[in-house]
Amino acid sequence: MKILVCISHVPDTTSKINFTDGDTKFDTNGVQFVINPNDEFGLTRAMWFKEKQGATVDVVNVGGPETEPTLRKALAIGADGAIRVNTTATDGFAVAKQLADVIKNGSYDLVIAGRESIDYNGGMVPGMIAGLTNANFVNNCISLEVDGTNAKAVREIDGGKETVSTTLPLVIGGQKGLVEESDLRIPNMRGIMMARQKPLTIVEPNGITTETTTVKFEKPAPKGAVKLVSPDNLDELVNLLHNEAKVI
Amino acid sequence: MSVLVYTESEKGNFKKIALEVASYAKAVANQMGTTVTAITINANDTSELGKYGVDKVLKVNNPSLDTFNAKTYADVIKQAAEKEGTKVVVVSSSADSKYLAPLLAVGLHAGYASNVVEAPTSASPFTVKRTAFTNKAFNFTTIDTDVKIVGVSNNSFGLVENSGSASAEDFSPSVLDNGVHVDSIDKATNTVSIADAEIVVSAGRGLKGPENWGMVEELASVLGAATACSKPVSDLGWRPHSEHVGQTGKPVAANLYIAIGISGAIQHLAGINASKVKVVINTDPEAPFFKAADYGVVGDAFEVVPKLIEKLKEFKAQNA
Repeated sequence: MKILVCISHVPDTTSKINFTDGDTKFDTNGVQFVINPNDEFGLTRAMWFKEKQGATVDVVNVGGPETEPTLRKALAIGADGAIRVNTTATDGFAVAKQLADVIKNGSYDLVIAGRESIDYNGGMVPGMIAGLTNANFVNNCISLEVDGTNAKAVREIDGGKETVSTTLPLVIGGQKGLVEESDLRIPNMRGIMMARQKPLTIVEPNGITTETTTVKFEKPAPKGAVKLVSPDNLDELVNLLHNEAKVI
Repeated sequence: MSVLVYTESEKGNFKKIALEVASYAKAVANQMGTTVTAITINANDTSELGKYGVDKVLKVNNPSLDTFNAKTYADVIKQAAEKEGTKVVVVSSSADSKYLAPLLAVGLHAGYASNVVEAPTSASPFTVKRTAFTNKAFNFTTIDTDVKIVGVSNNSFGLVENSGSASAEDFSPSVLDNGVHVDSIDKATNTVSIADAEIVVSAGRGLKGPENWGMVEELASVLGAATACSKPVSDLGWRPHSEHVGQTGKPVAANLYIAIGISGAIQHLAGINASKVKVVINTDPEAPFFKAADYGVVGDAFEVVPKLIEKLKEFKAQNA
């Protein structure tokens, strides 16, 4: 089984979010970038398929040279090879089209992407690559088993979960549950050394077209201070929620 | 040319978010000087949609569509969009709609903007305001394609009643054979789901153990709310994973979010920040959640919550 794990290079959750160039660009100054958490769960599940079922695992990112440390980290965790499509990611559809080309060229059986990236939160790339490559698709995937060309997956739905059967080629939008947080791996020194020898292939993009354009960013208005209510005066809290916030 | 809205139903009845996206579609139609067509799949009575601005309903009734399937449903909506010559398709942010929307975007060669929180700020160029960076910023995006898909963030637009009425016509699209077969669905039927809830009551490690969740459930029941929990609580197995809200759990965009005994780690706040009003109950006045909340009670949850339940019961009795 050939697995491709899509890796988004995203600001760490604790990053300060600021914008430059008249609020049109994300300010990367002083920002620590990491593997998108939803992708990391998928990468770790892919490592299980590699170790238990002999799968080969490549990782891919659409981005400039600055994203290579994130791909190297994925190699250090255990991926066999990395591919970087050399263009700055703009909208989800454009990224999905580049990934679809990589998938077709590499004949991957299983593509694992995160349900959404924690920067733009679009949640559209996994579904779009499934549509573009005509593969089966399971979103919000919290469990995945593959036996030959058959797959069993569990999808989180609103208010519960759903167990499905499908076949390869398959794309999943993964999240926590594929593996647990305690299963995530920190690269060890041997992994980091080996990652330096592993191939990181740079692919030039193939005809970039975008469907959407970010015009401007805006930060939410600063929040007012919390209104404290005494635990002995909860009538006041009920009153505030009813008359001021109008939520009950 | 009409705006097409996918109005989701469950067991034949419309979900609240269906009425919200219908209201949103009406706002878009007004901006563009056109009408609203809704597509329903195995819904019973569609007349309710007229109240929320829908002019025409395309009713699909087909037993092979009883179970949701993203690819098949996306294809049905695509056929409706093509029949209507639609330029804008509006969907919700339910798990199902977020699942099908990217497939629909590929099918219609449409640009798709998700997590949209307001009516378009401009109809031409078609510009929407979306959340980004896990609710730490907004992103104004133009959708540049001929056909556009807007995914509306739950509870962001609200319900807007209109005086119109909706005509209905049967629509019989072809149904694709799909490659993903549902074997079983495990869903709580008697509780409110986090995604559908207007109010969410959430509790953390401050509750000391799973045996103390009775009061959380009672508070939720008084408010008609969904119950949720912090990550440590689901990691400890005190509550099911499906209740975990936060960055790696379920996102919450409720009108009211009540956090009990949750300190407010940044990963937790990232997941719940889209909620409009936040109330925190915590013994520690230094808990970071107080900085993110609108209302706070510094006190012991075991004293505050039972008292709050009593006060809310009195309030509900008076306002029933």
